[in-house]
Amino acid sequence: MSTLPSYVRLANDIAAQFAHRAPAEAATAVANHMKIAWDPRMKKALIAHVEAGAEDLDPVAALAAQQL
Amino acid sequence: MTLLKEPDFGTPARPGEATIDLTVDGVKVSVPPGTSVMRAAKHAGVDVPKLCATDNLEAFGSCRLCVVEIDGVRGTPASCTTPVADGMVVRTQNERLGKLRRGVMELYISDHPLDCLTCSANGDCELQDMAGVTGLREVRYGSGVEAGANHLDLPTDSSNPYFDFEASKCIACSRCVRACDEVQGTLALTIEGRGFDSKVAAGAGASFFDSDCVSCGACVQACPTATLQEKSVIELGMPTRSVVTTCAYCGVGCSFKAELRGDELVRMVPYKNGGANEGHSCVKGRFAFGYSSHPDRVLEPMMRDTIADEWRKVSWDEAISFTARRLREIQAEHGQGSIGAITSSRTTNEEVYAVQKMVRAVFGNNNVDTCARVCHSPTGYGLKQTFGESAGTQDFRSVEEADVILVIGANPTDGHPVFASRMKKRLRQGAKLIVADPRRIDLVRSPHIEAAHHLQLAPGTNVAVINAFAHVVVTEGLVDRSFVADRCEGFEQWEEFISRPEHSPEAAAEITGVPAEELRAAARLYATGGNAAIYYGLGVTEHSQGSTMVMGMANLAMATGNIGRRGVGVNPLRGQNNVQGSCDMGSFPHELPGYRHVSDDGVRDVYEQLWGTPLLNEPGLRIPNMFDAAIDGSFRALFVQGEDIAQSDPNTQHVFAALSSLELLVVQDLFVNETAKFAHVLLPGTSFLEKDGTFTNAERRINRVRPIMAPKTGKQEWQIICEIAQAMGYPMHYDSAAQIMDEIALTTPTFMGVSFRKLDEAGSIQWPCNLEHPDGTPIMHEDEFTRGKGRFMETVYVPTSERSTRRFPLILTTGRILSQYNVGAQTRRTANVAWHPEDVLELHPHDAEVRGISDGDMVALSSRVGRTNLRAKLSDRMPVGVCYTTFHHPVTGANVITTDNSDWATNCPEYKVTAVQVDLLTSPVAVESEREPVVAGGGL
Repeated sequence: MSTLPSYVRLANDIAAQFAHRAPAEAATAVANHMKIAWDPRMKKALIAHVEAGAEDLDPVAALAAQQL
Repeated sequence: MTLLKEPDFGTPARPGEATIDLTVDGVKVSVPPGTSVMRAAKHAGVDVPKLCATDNLEAFGSCRLCVVEIDGVRGTPASCTTPVADGMVVRTQNERLGKLRRGVMELYISDHPLDCLTCSANGDCELQDMAGVTGLREVRYGSGVEAGANHLDLPTDSSNPYFDFEASKCIACSRCVRACDEVQGTLALTIEGRGFDSKVAAGAGASFFDSDCVSCGACVQACPTATLQEKSVIELGMPTRSVVTTCAYCGVGCSFKAELRGDELVRMVPYKNGGANEGHSCVKGRFAFGYSSHPDRVLEPMMRDTIADEWRKVSWDEAISFTARRLREIQAEHGQGSIGAITSSRTTNEEVYAVQKMVRAVFGNNNVDTCARVCHSPTGYGLKQTFGESAGTQDFRSVEEADVILVIGANPTDGHPVFASRMKKRLRQGAKLIVADPRRIDLVRSPHIEAAHHLQLAPGTNVAVINAFAHVVVTEGLVDRSFVADRCEGFEQWEEFISRPEHSPEAAAEITGVPAEELRAAARLYATGGNAAIYYGLGVTEHSQGSTMVMGMANLAMATGNIGRRGVGVNPLRGQNNVQGSCDMGSFPHELPGYRHVSDDGVRDVYEQLWGTPLLNEPGLRIPNMFDAAIDGSFRALFVQGEDIAQSDPNTQHVFAALSSLELLVVQDLFVNETAKFAHVLLPGTSFLEKDGTFTNAERRINRVRPIMAPKTGKQEWQIICEIAQAMGYPMHYDSAAQIMDEIALTTPTFMGVSFRKLDEAGSIQWPCNLEHPDGTPIMHEDEFTRGKGRFMETVYVPTSERSTRRFPLILTTGRILSQYNVGAQTRRTANVAWHPEDVLELHPHDAEVRGISDGDMVALSSRVGRTNLRAKLSDRMPVGVCYTTFHHPVTGANVITTDNSDWATNCPEYKVTAVQVDLLTSPVAVESEREPVVAGGGL
């Protein structure tokens, strides 16, 4: 079972739903979803994860984190 | 209130205008064509004597008591089987008819125990009534033994926990058999033998308990004598007063007459005027209410310093002041967002509203979530995105006009039995059925019902199936172009998306295991078979793509124009009684009441003005996020209203770790449940028999919940919330639950016209209830969607990350069974345990055989996160490679096995897909040792 932080797993799951779109468009969709559904501390944790190297994070989710 | 006896018109109503004029005993009356003379007479104020007729069953014409004379008609026809005709002149009383009826009564009474004074049905016996009505004064044949051959020595069947079958009192009217056939649709009863030997039998020589009987109570209700009688009536006597209220079990929301003697509840009788159930019931609502007075009930507040300590009883003042003080202390130390609450779908709208208000206005954050998180949160998301409203589109009655019924991931006969009876009735009338489910649920093949297609898909592949349906619709020219053009947006882009080869049935067959031709045929049937209605349950939502699937179903309904009228729609079958209501009331951390986002300044302003405090504009924590945050230390205190998250939520070890990390856990519940084992404060809750408020069912129907007794705890639950809020320094006060509903109506547009007074007058109301729809809205999106245009959404199939492996080669899916409810806290404390004393693991005989497992063996069930032991039940209803269990018993703890995987949009857990191994248990392993709190993949 995954040992990733839950917010990373969830961000990857969200990104997978939009993987059929162009990366920039997908990232915006992912970010918009996080804005309406995620608690601020989850968003901060994801941003911090990206700043720390975004290990195991889907590139689209990493792009989305920059829009939060 | 006195005992409420609803009028019985003898035969069912017929639809249409009252265009047939006739005269009954000199009274003119007009009724719709097809109406029976008996029913017309009742409308004219004339009661025709009857025994075998009752108005929820088609006429049978066996008792001959309802004979009448009709001008121009020879003989004395039975009024129940004779349809009215224009200009008909009917006489129901004269000497000739009286003599005929007395003759019939003499025959009945000659073979009936004359123990009226000591009979349990004394005062509620139609045979007794008819003896009086017909003026019976003598029985020329004698009675009992002196009358010759009789049935007086037939034994009584007491095998059912809730009712007796006293065969010696049976008059062979067949009402019970017909009720089982026509109302319930189980066909468990029959008339065995012929002529004088005719008698009611439950199957072939079986007792009621061992038969196919599902104990819905329809036969008991239909019985005109004491033959089928509730044990509670036999024990306590006839009730003397009634209170109409709403069942607290599943999301069907049946109305019941709670019938009492003094303050003692004798029985629950389904209410004919109940909009959801129209006089029908299931074993839970009808009989399983004993938990409300179970000795396990906690009636006084309790506290303890640590969860290792014993509970000590305290006063309400001490419990409330301690709770309030600790909540404020924790916020002062760890921040405003360090506390939160979980509302319950088992509580009333008013109680839920009070909790979310406490969180938002008093806690000062949005950390409020509800148990719908783990069941139907994807419904809220998916239907909001596509239709604009987080609710099902139809009323239950709509199914009567469906021509094709697509059941996906739902098992209505077990989970929503009263609605299932409606659905089965329609199926028996000829509607086509498509079932998409890995299991061969009972609906697939049952008496007089057989699914046209059973799509036995691999667990976790719903989206591939629904995309294949849509692909067929689009590529085979089955789109309702007019509907799409007028009512929807985003179609062209979606059409291009869904037409791609990866969505074809051929591609889906590889993923789902369902043959492509079967998928094509089912899709064509849905698109071309007339009114097509989708009904779905947690087999849709509790997946990693639950929200995607909901949107996929909405796409399909829009593309085929199956939305906005009777007989069609997208209909979630909600799990608990008030799932819809708890979501409506603003229980989600991102939405205020009425599904309005917390970032909406205008909406927040309404509440800020009314509540006199600023509100946060960012979403709060959802339940899984609360658990993660608890383990990480940023979330320190939780108020849990009437939920047992330690048993119901997935990955028990993770939940235990989270609950153990809290500085303060306050649980409000009827019992010391599994969650309470981690609590510091236990606030006793009220059962539905004590509550005053409303529940909202799966068809958006707001029903009154009326107290039949004062709260055993001394307080309504909303009062307790108010007192905590006040102790935290916020002036929150209501005089009554009605006043809370007034505030809901004042602030929530979809509830604008709702009040207790209006509910009492109307019986029930389906929201939206506003200026445009003052009487409510049975069918939604009739002229336009709530969001204006229905929106097509692209639904990519993304396989779940939970896969079977060599180590865990089987897939476990979980669900419920008819006799038990949710975590079993209620039903385990009733005689319903007779049917389901333990959770069992259903698996295919092949999977059992290769493991050396026989039916009834104890097995170890293990997944990546945990292990538990339970008994194996071999069943070919399971496909090879898939096994199934329920989560009703804490001793089994099915959620020890389930994982943290969840729906991408809502965090709804993926209960329906867990890779597992099953091993024959040769030496018992202590289950508890597998549940030690460990941190598993959490963390913020």
